[in-house]
Amino acid sequence: MDILIYGIINSVSLALMALGFTLVYGVSRLPNFAHGALYVLTGYMTWLFMNRLGLNYPLSILLSLVASACIGAAMYYFILVRVRGMPISEIIASYAIGLAILEGLRWGGLKGATFVLPPFIQGSTELFGVSVDFHRLVVVAAGIVLVAALWLFVNGTKIGLALKGMAQDERAALTLGIDSDRMAVIAMALGSMLAGLAALVLLPLGTIVVEAGYNVLIMAVAVCIVGGLGSWTGAVLASFLIGFAQILTVAYLGTHFQVVVALMAIIFTLIWRPSGLFGWQKELEERV
Amino acid sequence: MSVETRRKERIDRGIKVRSDGVYAISSWREMSYLMVPRLVFILGLLVLPLAFYYLPYWQRVISIICIYALLAISFDFLANYVGLVSLGGGFYVGVGAYIAALCNTKLGLSPLLTIPLSTVVGGAICTVLFLPCLPLRGVYFAIVSLMYPLLAARVIEALDIFGGTDGIFGVDPLPSGWVEQYILIVSVLLFAFGMRRIVDEDVGLVFRGVKDNDQAVKASGVNITTYKALGVFIASTMGCLGGACLVHIYMWAGLSQFALDFSIIPIAATVVGGGGTLIGPVIGSMILVPISELLRDFGTLRIAVYAVILTLFIVFKSEGIMNYATRKYEQFERWVEI
Amino acid sequence: MSPDGAQDTAQQPLLTVENVSKKFGGILALSQVSLDVFPGEIIGIIGPNGSGKTTFVNAITGFVKPDAGKVTFKGKDITSQEPHKIADLGLTRTFQVMRPYYSLPAYKNLIVPLFSPRARRTGGWRGGGKMGSRDTVAVDILEEIGFERDSYVPYKVASSLPTGYLKRLELARCLALRPDLIICDEVFSGLSMSEMASMVPLIEKLQMEGMTLIMVEHRLRELFRLANRVMVLNFGCKIAEGTAQEVMEQSDVKEAYFGSEEVYEYV
Repeated sequence: MDILIYGIINSVSLALMALGFTLVYGVSRLPNFAHGALYVLTGYMTWLFMNRLGLNYPLSILLSLVASACIGAAMYYFILVRVRGMPISEIIASYAIGLAILEGLRWGGLKGATFVLPPFIQGSTELFGVSVDFHRLVVVAAGIVLVAALWLFVNGTKIGLALKGMAQDERAALTLGIDSDRMAVIAMALGSMLAGLAALVLLPLGTIVVEAGYNVLIMAVAVCIVGGLGSWTGAVLASFLIGFAQILTVAYLGTHFQVVVALMAIIFTLIWRPSGLFGWQKELEERV
Repeated sequence: MSVETRRKERIDRGIKVRSDGVYAISSWREMSYLMVPRLVFILGLLVLPLAFYYLPYWQRVISIICIYALLAISFDFLANYVGLVSLGGGFYVGVGAYIAALCNTKLGLSPLLTIPLSTVVGGAICTVLFLPCLPLRGVYFAIVSLMYPLLAARVIEALDIFGGTDGIFGVDPLPSGWVEQYILIVSVLLFAFGMRRIVDEDVGLVFRGVKDNDQAVKASGVNITTYKALGVFIASTMGCLGGACLVHIYMWAGLSQFALDFSIIPIAATVVGGGGTLIGPVIGSMILVPISELLRDFGTLRIAVYAVILTLFIVFKSEGIMNYATRKYEQFERWVEI
Repeated sequence: MSPDGAQDTAQQPLLTVENVSKKFGGILALSQVSLDVFPGEIIGIIGPNGSGKTTFVNAITGFVKPDAGKVTFKGKDITSQEPHKIADLGLTRTFQVMRPYYSLPAYKNLIVPLFSPRARRTGGWRGGGKMGSRDTVAVDILEEIGFERDSYVPYKVASSLPTGYLKRLELARCLALRPDLIICDEVFSGLSMSEMASMVPLIEKLQMEGMTLIMVEHRLRELFRLANRVMVLNFGCKIAEGTAQEVMEQSDVKEAYFGSEEVYEYV
């Protein structure tokens, strides 16, 4: 039973980590390797707002989300837009930005276990005989709400539909009067905000450490690759696949293997089906 | 009015056509235009250890520069001539390092034997391990290769093999600092100029064909997987050589040899020095590694600094120093008699 | 129409395609297409846009794995083989979207086929694969195919060449391999009238030398001049096969293909 419950929690966490990455890749074909850095940065900013500026928790959350969206947008607008269309340069540039942020933070003093965000709700409860923190339930709820909200946003609003159009065919979208660069900026801002949201929901479960940035990046990439780059349903399904696989390996092999599972998942998926288990890109590629 | 008997001419005029292998170089003067920059580079590298004779710390830095230069050449070759962007240079270093350390401590081989051994064996092992990902292209290969060193480190950690997180201690050092530096400098020179030669040979043209248009290469009846594997072998050989030397310099093999530094600095060096030139990466590491040493006191700030330099170069000056310098050098003008 | 390529039922077909089908998602790109190609023939494949011509070529040459059907070349089953193995047997192709090795000079583009296992084994075009200096043979091939050596066209970087030369470079890349069968995917499209005028005799010459060709084309006038037989595809199905006149007569061909007025202008 606890495998089931913790499996679901873990899977939802993974989905949260990966949503922002998928969104950005899906819309603008930009693998944002600074994703993990934005995740850690948002958590750290919230901590700063609370402990250095003395703001209250909800306000600092709001501020840091806005800030991370701005940083994401600025990153695209000033740097990444210049390497658009050169996939390798995109990867290297975004990875380098992420590294600069993470290692800069580490140098700036983000070390040790002093950086903790409080959980939203204290205490724990029993669920089918398994003790679960309230906060973990918040994580699951947040995950479900976020996916639903994102779905409504994409299918219900004008900007959302424009993003979807871009994701399907950038050139066709251009001819319909959708400004692809503006949309990419919006997607990047949204994606960074999602990374931030994931951080705020997940970080109270542990401490804010630089390593989390690398782990989140690996997890996000793993989920997106297994699910098929750019495919949303794929990402959600894949996060459940990897989430449960991880919980099972932790239960039977030990915690060391948790990341190994994600890495193996990436390598095997790429070798076996580069388009991902639920992706459609390969099929398109073959048609050319 | 006097009649003009001379005019200005770019120094690469004439050289460009003839050096394509069609004509022989005509005069000593023109030959010197080609030779001087190369000689300065080669002799400069060879003299470097002597110049730092009284600064033993910086002599060590020269060795490190050479290791990064090897990795950077390997990245440049794979990315710009075979079309495989490998973000996991640390994997090659790690494999070379562990093989050398194991051969040295378990089998008791001398460093002069372990280095060539781990170079070749390591290259073969890396090639076999990369074999399944060779059909992948572009972004996908980049992501997988990025995962390889991470995976290797985690596997060693999780299985607690090869000394686990502690690593392997007690590796023999090289006989002397001179041997250490000259092994590395000579191999950097050999690889840099050797690779420049290879990419213009028939085999090299096939590599470049694979990069430009793999479908056309397939339609020419050439198995691209074979060539990609060969490319990875050549590249990982360089990485493993670097790793093996590193182990004997630090007398220790550990998980940090799979670390990010070995993946990111060579890429930065290639981008800064100029991709596709194979000499540029060497120049790039000669610039970046000393910066890293100067920033050693600031801990991880140096990685942040690299990352910023890398971003700036890739965004604003993506041709790199070497391409820029070559272009400028060839634009120099000289007087010729009419 | 040249008489020598006429169908001879006693002769073994060089290439046999039997009931090849291919689906992309829900779309049937090829449905049960069969074709026999005899040595020395020029076969034309025509059809409206999206009728599956390029997929057919891809399915034969191994770039797409067909879902069903069988492809036999020189008596060997090559269905779903790797493209390089098929090319090694002597079946090669040009690509509709020309992508030469842009960073290389034009003649260096031919080093790859001349250096390929097949060319090294059989000698390739004019024995260039075996000789020490592949460069010279590469330039010879290019000159033969219309790259003016005197104005250094073969030495120019491929990315600087105009479309006409790139199309010929594609063909030269195939020739260097000295294949038995070349599949040309729209070599005429994008060429100027004069470039086309020089291309037609070139292909006639290749046929005289015993080369077999399959040509996928939109330019019907040139194609009908060259082809011994024509196959018409529409929505992935073969709707007609025969000589140009025979094909033209068929009512469903007219309906499916020649119904549009713009095509009449070509014929």
